[in-house]
Amino acid sequence: MNFDLSDEQLAFQDAARAFALGEMAPHAAEWDEQAIFPRELIGAAGEMGFCGMYSPEKNGGMGLSRMDTMVIVEELAAACPSTAAFITIHNMATWMIANWGQENLQSEWGEALTSGQKLASYCLTEPGAGSDAASLSTSAKVDGSDYIVNGSKAFISGAGATDILVVMTRTGTVAEGARGITAIAIPADSAGIHYGKKEVKMGWNSQPTRTITFDNVRVPMTHRLGDVGEGFKIAMRGLDGGRINIATCSLGAAQAALNATQSYMLERKQFGKTLASFQALQFKLADMATKLVAARQMVRLAAFKLDQNHPDKTTYCAMAKQLATDLGFEVCNEALQLHGGYGYIREYPLERLMRDARVHQILEGSNEIMRVIIARRMLEENATETLR
Amino acid sequence: MKILVAVKRVVDYNVKVRPKSDGTDVDIANVKMSINPFCEIAVEEAVRLKEKGVATEIIAISMGPKQAQEQVRTALALGADRGILVESDEDLQPLAIAKMLKAIVEKESPDLVILGKQAIDGDNNQTGQMLGALTSMPQGTFASEVNVADGRVSVTREIDGGLQTVNLSLPAIVTTDLRLNEPRYASLPNIMKAKRKPMDTFTPEDLGVDATPRVKTLSVEPPAERKAGIKVADVAELVDKLKNEAKVI
Repeated sequence: MNFDLSDEQLAFQDAARAFALGEMAPHAAEWDEQAIFPRELIGAAGEMGFCGMYSPEKNGGMGLSRMDTMVIVEELAAACPSTAAFITIHNMATWMIANWGQENLQSEWGEALTSGQKLASYCLTEPGAGSDAASLSTSAKVDGSDYIVNGSKAFISGAGATDILVVMTRTGTVAEGARGITAIAIPADSAGIHYGKKEVKMGWNSQPTRTITFDNVRVPMTHRLGDVGEGFKIAMRGLDGGRINIATCSLGAAQAALNATQSYMLERKQFGKTLASFQALQFKLADMATKLVAARQMVRLAAFKLDQNHPDKTTYCAMAKQLATDLGFEVCNEALQLHGGYGYIREYPLERLMRDARVHQILEGSNEIMRVIIARRMLEENATETLR
Repeated sequence: MKILVAVKRVVDYNVKVRPKSDGTDVDIANVKMSINPFCEIAVEEAVRLKEKGVATEIIAISMGPKQAQEQVRTALALGADRGILVESDEDLQPLAIAKMLKAIVEKESPDLVILGKQAIDGDNNQTGQMLGALTSMPQGTFASEVNVADGRVSVTREIDGGLQTVNLSLPAIVTTDLRLNEPRYASLPNIMKAKRKPMDTFTPEDLGVDATPRVKTLSVEPPAERKAGIKVADVAELVDKLKNEAKVI
């Protein structure tokens, strides 16, 4: 067993850190404050290879493992959690098209997506189907060689700024539940697609979030991903990796907050001494560092399990998502506290990191749903023998 | 045209260095190491010359411990074609490095050798000049612009009085200043390609060079901490202090 990153992973980390420090960190506060979607930056990230990290090489992807990917994502997230998170969502949707798309779809969209020239959104959640995703009702009815899609999707990251939407639709009956769901890739400018207002959010401001309404949207059946009824399986497979991505975005945010706090404690003087000389504050810093390292190891374990296609990968990914996003938020929040008034104002990055990290506890399956997944598995017989 | 680029493994520029407790050296245990920023500029310049069709092959060379191959790999990821590592655990000093570079120059016959003007660890600013003396190749140091045409290289140098342009016949040596270019980032595809590029390893003995240090470091200590200032009452007191205390006027 070896806990060290490989030389190649270290090279990826260096490259991602240099890119994040040079191209993202100087602008992250402005993107947040003015809700700017940094389209050009994402194109540059595409040239770096960050837009198709775990997509296969035949589509122009990098064919990286989830472990490699998280090494890169963490560095991007330390500069701007919101933009890094969008890049991971694009990566996930791109991977779905690369993995389950039919040949025509792959040749038309594959390289455009992995290079970042075109962007993808992922559409699962609906106004009435959040945690209970399998109850979704957006319908796709067969009409000749096309599907006709009707319904609406809520909280869609990148909506209005992306080029293709990976949409989970109901092709079967409601009674069929998860088995009646089919995934379709729908070009974002198709006739009948309406975009709602840009949501005003607490964080994640560098990416637009909108509701998307489908009004008799016609899409050829060749745009279906996988088989009819396979959509929920695809959605869940995607979310295993998506959860590692979001967990990793929290690690990046927390690391950035911890770095800022460490140097602030060494500089800031009160009562004639640096903050670093107060033991109560030293202990806080120690706890933050320990939580962050523990969270990172949990996420790396889950990434490893996913790379190995371990039977319990979904459970480990849920554990990683819950632990890392909860601890990541705690670290950001403590970092803000240690900065006092300076943590609360926008001149310092702490409040932005905290606001961005907050949503990670909610999306990609809320942390309550993560516990549902873990508990369901833990209550199976023999679980205590295998889930360790 | 063949270009040889030298890259040095140094403590990353973001790291705050401190001396070892016994004062013998800078403590580099458990510290992030990177390619020297001036060397990165040298690699970038070589890659740009290749992209312009001026250069056909770029060889990146580093000297130092085994781990210095990471810096050669970085240069390969930035666009160099093949690498050379001269492996030695000695404290390699500019003269030894210049002698080993001379041996490589004789082996490879590059048309241009590009080096950083100095490394951010030793700040010696000697290797390029020593290589010039040893090989009798002309040198253009502190380059802020490099143009190659008709078997010659014109180098704009940053000097105290402004800019000076020298025109050298090839083969020649160029050392880079900060404003020569802005290095690109190594992309994932290029990092992966770099893994498959060839890298030769030599020892100083292979090159017939005695790399034993000639200069002995007596002690390394942190700069004195800045003391609190005082307020002077008037100009007369200021002048008095500058004259008699600081002894600067």
